[in-house]
Amino acid sequence: MNLNAVLTIYLSEMRRFFRTITQSFVSPVLSTSLYFVVFGAAIGSRIDQVEGVSYGAFIVPGLIMLSVMTQATSNASFGIYFPKFIGTIYELLSAPINFLEIVAGYVGAAATKALFIGVIILVTAYFFVDLEIQHPFAMMGFLILTCISFSLLGFIIGIWAGNFEQLQLIPLLVITPLVFLGGSFYSITMLPPAWQTVTLFNPVVYLISGFRWSFFGTADVGIGVSLLAIALFTAACLGFIGWIFKTGWRIRQ
Amino acid sequence: MPPVVSIKNLSKSYAGGFEALKDVNLDIEEGEIIALLGPNGAGKTTLISTICGITVPSSGTITVGGHDTQTAFRAARSLIGLVPQEINLEPFETVFSSVSFSRGLFGKRRDDARIEEVLRQLSLLDKKDNKIMTLSGGMKRRVLIAKALAHEPHVLFLDEPTAGVDVELRKDMWEVVAGLKASGVTIILTTHYIEEAEAIADRIGVINKGEILLVQNKADLMTQMGQKKLRIELADRLDAIPAPLAGYDLERADDGLHLTYSYDTSGERTGITTLLTDLQKAGLQMKDIQTEQSSLEDIFVGLVKETT
Ligand SMILES: Nc1ncnc2c1ncn2[C@@H]1O[C@H](COP(=O)(O)OP(=O)(O)OP(=O)(O)O)[C@@H](O)[C@H]1O
Ligand SMILES: [Mg+2]
Repeated sequence: MNLNAVLTIYLSEMRRFFRTITQSFVSPVLSTSLYFVVFGAAIGSRIDQVEGVSYGAFIVPGLIMLSVMTQATSNASFGIYFPKFIGTIYELLSAPINFLEIVAGYVGAAATKALFIGVIILVTAYFFVDLEIQHPFAMMGFLILTCISFSLLGFIIGIWAGNFEQLQLIPLLVITPLVFLGGSFYSITMLPPAWQTVTLFNPVVYLISGFRWSFFGTADVGIGVSLLAIALFTAACLGFIGWIFKTGWRIRQ
Repeated sequence: MPPVVSIKNLSKSYAGGFEALKDVNLDIEEGEIIALLGPNGAGKTTLISTICGITVPSSGTITVGGHDTQTAFRAARSLIGLVPQEINLEPFETVFSSVSFSRGLFGKRRDDARIEEVLRQLSLLDKKDNKIMTLSGGMKRRVLIAKALAHEPHVLFLDEPTAGVDVELRKDMWEVVAGLKASGVTIILTTHYIEEAEAIADRIGVINKGEILLVQNKADLMTQMGQKKLRIELADRLDAIPAPLAGYDLERADDGLHLTYSYDTSGERTGITTLLTDLQKAGLQMKDIQTEQSSLEDIFVGLVKETT
């Protein structure tokens, strides 16, 4: 195990993040504030409570998940796509490191960045709504697992993508709709029964529901099911990465 | 001493089915500089990429320092430094952090003094905090070399290190290469410049269409395959080569004042003595004679032509 190399990749990726720290910091704070103004204040004033919490507070977990999932995916996919695009990947391929160490470096950094942004949004939310987190450890656990699993997904996308359009394709066409339809801004019990059933096929529902449970103690689906869902998703991504490792798919000719 | 790089029956076919290397066998000795010459598309970069782990061999084995590059890739790659043909660098990174990154990837502990030493060796020290995008092409190429040297490799691959580099810088690079050799590094370089191979290599390999046509000691190569030419300047114009001299491989220049005689230095007799006697017998007055040795370029062009 070449730990030094993993750390080198990790730190170099984090440096890139801190080089643009204002950007990385300002945009999530700004967009979260906008969501609060629009959904919390304007629309929320017409909705009293959802599942016993004020609408403004209710959307916090969903908002965090929305940003964390998109950030983790785009950070990780860009992180590995960029060296492929500019050709510096030759260095990774000719160094005494294996594919899993490359994954650890890039995914670790992307997950850290996403976590950082998730925490910023949480702190911003405190300025707008009263929040009490009932299960803080479970909350952190869910958050970290989501950061890691979506960074793994992003990494796979970055390896697969042959151009910048493809890099954007999956986040735009798959992840954003799933997250929006996954109950970020509403409880799925607010939907007609038929749509409730359809929604249960959306994996993101389980993540958001579990995450919301750690805040308010109530959930659309059982917490055990949520845990199983995220475990399965992480396992699927890891399995796919293991397969890439074995076959050299899209990396080594 | 066993060869430091040993390539056995190496073949490489790309995904499309194109066979870029065909049953290549090559041993590279510890401490030598070997130059690989070959036209565009010959397979030089493919050969280097396959040794370094960027592409996977289709068949055959490669060992570096006795370690198989497939099964013991960590040990093998730890010994290797690679300077790629393309200038692949992250434009927003500074010179120093880019070079330091390369060292870290090889699992070596951070060592700023060592990095500065490498940068000094390549006259890049004053640029160490500059972003790479602000450097000239020649400087970028030197950054690539610095990155390859950052982890103190035992074997260095230089894929066209002097492409697009001006004459002065090229001489500087040759000096850097000579210095590395003196410090015990084995160097494999590819080049299109025959005078470069002639100037710095100990051995020369010629590769074309995925096959190694020859690998030979530079001096041997030039004496063995070298044709020498004897140029004879005549005192008086000659309209045609006189009949008694028809048996010699003589060529008359258009001005009628020069004759060129080609002979093989590896032949037992050069035939010069009898030629000179016969020239005199034919009544030709000589003003001057000189010999010319054919360059590596002539040999190279001859070889590659034969296989096309
Ligand atoms: N990734 C690839 N996929 C398919 N074919 C490839 C690939 N890379 C190289 N080739 C082919 O393999 C052959 C050898 O290419 P290579 O780059 O090794 O040549 P080279 O000797 O380095 O040439 P040059 O002097 O131009 O750098 C060429 O015909 C090239 O088109
Ligand atoms: Mg090449």
